[in-house]
Amino acid sequence: MTDLNNIFRALRRGALIAGVAAVSTAAWGGDHVYDLGNAKFRSECGSCHVAYPPALLPAQSWDRLMATLDKHFGSDASVDAKTEKEIGDFLQANAGVKKKVVAQSGTLRISETSWFKREHGEELSPAAWKNPKVKSPANCEACHLQAAEGDYSERSIRVPR
Amino acid sequence: MRKSTLTPALFFIALLAANAARAETPADFLKQFETAARQSDARFAGFSAQRGEQFFKTTHGMEWSCSSCHTQNPAAVGKHAKTGKEVAPLAPAANPERFSSPEKVDKWFKRNCNDVVGRACSAQEKGDVLAYVMTIKK
Repeated sequence: MTDLNNIFRALRRGALIAGVAAVSTAAWGGDHVYDLGNAKFRSECGSCHVAYPPALLPAQSWDRLMATLDKHFGSDASVDAKTEKEIGDFLQANAGVKKKVVAQSGTLRISETSWFKREHGEELSPAAWKNPKVKSPANCEACHLQAAEGDYSERSIRVPR
Repeated sequence: MRKSTLTPALFFIALLAANAARAETPADFLKQFETAARQSDARFAGFSAQRGEQFFKTTHGMEWSCSSCHTQNPAAVGKHAKTGKEVAPLAPAANPERFSSPEKVDKWFKRNCNDVVGRACSAQEKGDVLAYVMTIKK
């Protein structure tokens, strides 16, 4: 089974390398590489955690999240009005439209969405989450080494021991 | 004739005032906090790095202290208490970007005071903490 998984991964990796030359990474949905776009979004939303890809939450979730920045998962993450407008507009324009994302409008935590749990539950043991080097599901960079650049592809994953 | 000599002088004074309003160094911010502290408290008797250190390292009725993320050493790289993300050093000696932008200073004091103290910090508190981090060597 592990061998089969490895072969499958190698195939995907090969397909990715072949694909990058021809297709823009942002446009290619299957490779887990996302366009983070706006500089303000990247710096403001990337200071306490990595700037999460806008495509991972639907527009209405981003809207609710931006309206409650002063109480952002237990922290005050408020920004000035001009910045709030710019980031809000950017998120609305780049929010997720895929069915699996739109269906998850009930939560503002990406880590609570069904697809997140599925993606991470299949290959990860519960112990991996308890590793102090990981600390929190918000800490994408602990395993996705290029998360700050929006790259969540298989080739940049290293689960710490 | 007199008017023409006065105008550049006025312009120069206005320029000085504009410069004073835009803080760009830790010392500028300290001066601004001092002005604000004097305005709100006639008995203001200066800032204390020792008081700032105490404020920085202890909790204030809430879960976190400043050092929960910035660590006990403001010259060290910190770690966000919740997400684990790296926090660049706070002490200007270790990180020259700190206390160089009024927008950033306002933003972070507002957020972090709400998280650590549950309210906005006073000018006295901000000045004490700044006085403390300015004493930290790299």
